[in-house]
Amino acid sequence: MTTRIVELRQGILKKNDELARALRLRFSKAGVLVLNLVSSPGTGKTAFLEFTLRELRARGARVAALVGDLETDNDARRLAASGAPVRQINTHGICHLDAEMVEKHLDAWNDVSLSGLDYLFIENVGNLVCPSSYDLGERIRVALLSVTEGEDKPLKYPTLFNSADAAVLTKIDIAAPCGFDRDLALKNIHEIRPGIRIFETSAKTGAGMDAWLAYLVAQRGSAS
Amino acid sequence: MVSSIVESVTAALAAYPGAQVREVRLRVGALAAVVEDSLQFCYEIATEDTPLAGSKLVVHVLPVIAHCEPCGRDVTLASLQSFRCPLCGQPVSELRQGRELEIDSVEIEENP
Repeated sequence: MTTRIVELRQGILKKNDELARALRLRFSKAGVLVLNLVSSPGTGKTAFLEFTLRELRARGARVAALVGDLETDNDARRLAASGAPVRQINTHGICHLDAEMVEKHLDAWNDVSLSGLDYLFIENVGNLVCPSSYDLGERIRVALLSVTEGEDKPLKYPTLFNSADAAVLTKIDIAAPCGFDRDLALKNIHEIRPGIRIFETSAKTGAGMDAWLAYLVAQRGSAS
Repeated sequence: MVSSIVESVTAALAAYPGAQVREVRLRVGALAAVVEDSLQFCYEIATEDTPLAGSKLVVHVLPVIAHCEPCGRDVTLASLQSFRCPLCGQPVSELRQGRELEIDSVEIEENP
């Protein structure tokens, strides 16, 4: 019997990373800005996205959304009401989307071609842990946090907030009754991700959505 | 995640027919979304009936290292709750280490 150490030095998510790299290239060639929306369950990703899709469409932009969910297609049906093409990805219990799921669904999506889009939104499964490890080829990862969740959430989930390119506070219309400490929440986000752009929004009243939409347009303009 | 570990190790073992896997060693950054307990739990289940069955999973956690512009050097963060340079207190955003998620090596036993 001889003992041997076999050096592997291999990324565990190598397959996902390679697929994501290929997707990123594909998105950039097609000229579509792709965003990955990540938050806890109940933060209001779907309401935020409904508003975003509707407003972008009203401004003449071509938008579509891929929606990850454990089981139902409720979110996809809600989003489809905006008139934008929406496709559901049911993960059947898997707590995050991965690049392979995104690729598979894009290839099977006959009525949508990437080159015919300005924006593609990917709504991840509600989870603040695993989605942070899985690159989907997006250009912008957005971490959302609602005023009902507690100001220290960024500190509890630094992995996710540190990997985000932009942060969105949702439900600010009910911040006061929730006793939400805005300054502390902003400080905590910046503590984990110094300098990150933060949007304070309400999909109900539309507050803060103009700044968010302007950001999207500017990001699209600076694409590829 | 564990299934891709099994996949990679099994593929690497092809070069060592009949070898027994003793240990699989991972390098995991402190900012990788990994909870060691659940990883260990899944590992035991996912390696059943594979060449990795019964092997030990060793997780080596790497601290987060960032580059501090004002200090002009790489610094190790003291906590994951504050992305600031421990020397000068300035925010740091350029990470040099901390998101790794890789199989470092595998210890096998060969029958000559």
